[in-house]
Amino acid sequence: MSERSAAPPSPFVSRPTASPADAARWSPRRILITNLRTISGRAYPRVIGMMREPSWLFFEILLPFLTTSAFVFVYRALQAPPEYIGFVVLGGAMTAFWLNVMWLMAAQLYWEKDQGNLELYFTAPMSMMSILLGMAIGGLLMSCFRAAVVLIVGTVLYGVVFSVDQWLLLLLVFLLTLTALYGLGMVLATLFLLWGREAWHLTQLLQEPVYFVSGLNFPVARLGVLGAAAISTIPLAVGLDAMRQLAFAGSVHTDGFLSPEVEALILVVMAVTFVAIARFLLQVIERLARREGRLTMRGS
Amino acid sequence: MSSSTPLAIDVRDVRRVYKAKPAPIIALDGIDLEVASGESFGLLGPNGAGKTTLIKILTTLLLPTSGSAHVFGFDVERQTSQLRRIMNIVSGGEQSGYGLLQVREQLWMFSQFYGLAVREGWRRVDELIDLVGLSEQRQQKVSSLSTGQRQKLNFARGLLNDPWIFFLDEPTLGLDVSAARTVRELVRDWRLAVPGRTILLTSHYMAEVEELCDRLAIVDRGRILAIGSPAELKRRVQRESVFELELDRLDRGAAALSGLPGVISAVTTASADGDAGIDRQTVMVKLSLADDAALGGVVSSLAGLGAHIVSLRKAEPSLEDVFVELVGRGFQEEGSTTNGAGPDAPADARRATVSEPLDDR
Repeated sequence: MSERSAAPPSPFVSRPTASPADAARWSPRRILITNLRTISGRAYPRVIGMMREPSWLFFEILLPFLTTSAFVFVYRALQAPPEYIGFVVLGGAMTAFWLNVMWLMAAQLYWEKDQGNLELYFTAPMSMMSILLGMAIGGLLMSCFRAAVVLIVGTVLYGVVFSVDQWLLLLLVFLLTLTALYGLGMVLATLFLLWGREAWHLTQLLQEPVYFVSGLNFPVARLGVLGAAAISTIPLAVGLDAMRQLAFAGSVHTDGFLSPEVEALILVVMAVTFVAIARFLLQVIERLARREGRLTMRGS
Repeated sequence: MSSSTPLAIDVRDVRRVYKAKPAPIIALDGIDLEVASGESFGLLGPNGAGKTTLIKILTTLLLPTSGSAHVFGFDVERQTSQLRRIMNIVSGGEQSGYGLLQVREQLWMFSQFYGLAVREGWRRVDELIDLVGLSEQRQQKVSSLSTGQRQKLNFARGLLNDPWIFFLDEPTLGLDVSAARTVRELVRDWRLAVPGRTILLTSHYMAEVEELCDRLAIVDRGRILAIGSPAELKRRVQRESVFELELDRLDRGAAALSGLPGVISAVTTASADGDAGIDRQTVMVKLSLADDAALGGVVSSLAGLGAHIVSLRKAEPSLEDVFVELVGRGFQEEGSTTNGAGPDAPADARRATVSEPLDDR
């Protein structure tokens, strides 16, 4: 973009351009930077909201921690091996991400439409994928805090002892799990917008079964075929299975379904697939919006 | 785009039909429109006329069913990325953003969507907050703003990317008199500060369009009925010169003026204190003349009649007169013709027949 070197002629204009054609000519670098800034810009309200409305500390940390504690006491009463307490605490921490994806992330575009933001997003020059990524990263940061609290407090309170041989692989699997999980969140967000309440009801219907087959509180391999199905479709199940094996290395109770390396590869495939599906669905949404004058599949 | 500056808006035979039951709704029915760069152009019409549909097509939110539309040479169907970099839109009653953010934070967030650097974004936001008069609300949460303050915020948001074309869709809708005046002043100030930028304003407030626009189109039922400057459009319905004379007396009545050369009609309307008739302190006479030149003869004759002029005013038709002349009904009568799913009621009918239209807010 060619810009005049002279000072702006008016405070109404910050970046004077010679013509509309000049102003519309963006380099690939500028397009990339704009999309990166969009991601951080859209993540901003999530992070600010977390600090400005601390009531979430109660609803999203204290209450779910009670569920984790209940499982701990059950396992203790049953005199389960000590690793199981660690499984529960690890699962409790990862629940934060799953809840965030399933409820906040999935419903986000739907809310944006109701608030009138979606039209402004469509008329801005960035990719809608950046908006979705910004939502995901904002939610992820928020959930990281909650997960860390559950993990630290749970570890200290219940005396969990981790045994990690491959720290880097554990970190990689954790990051891949989050990427795949939030990729799924992006898909859910577009589906919620396309199908509205029907998608919402479907999520409600699936919440408990997904909890169950994800193996949040026990090794998913114990579920046999059902566990295999979960491993192939639910990022949380794969990620937890791999993390459990890596966080309690050498334990005879971890019962990994596949090796952590293979599960890391599955997570990569899941992440790429989910993000690609989300991108495709966003294109469908925009096409529907522009061609039909509506954003949902209903009424078609 | 060619090297010469193209038209800001170039719309050719655009039709927009919404699928609906029992019958499709024709929101735009063959619109042709040219707006020059730097022009402030208004779309005037009642609710459901098709104004918002046209603005949504031009802002890449809707596709035309047929026809073509270009903004500064960019095809609204295919060159959306380029177009979105040079335009912005502010709508009346807009509730965008996030209530928990402060005014400053909300604008900064939107600045990021246009690629402003972090510091540049904050600087720009502060400048615009001062410009629109929200300095005192800088740190206030968006959810606590009044409707007028909210619209100032929207206006500032619309200027974040220095748009070359600014779409204003009923920008003063729902505002009180003072807030509406402030928004109009902002529009005027922006135009003065950045000559060469284009405005497309939709409104059903005639005074607003007349005040802010160089030219306007009167739109009804998806069609443009007339295009021109406010003065040109008024001249279309003004086939004779009309003057309102206030005289201290006119003993022989208006009939004394009727026979004068160039006078088409002379009618006593009301006295200055509001009562009809001639036996009052002053007399109001409505004169219709073949042309302005005939006024001289009338004024000369008044001396012979013993009458003196207290005031003289040339009566001009309003834009509403133009609308009535063109459409055969007034703006206020729109309700009787826009109910139901007929082609004259795209906005209302869409809500009733199409699931969650894009322009539902």
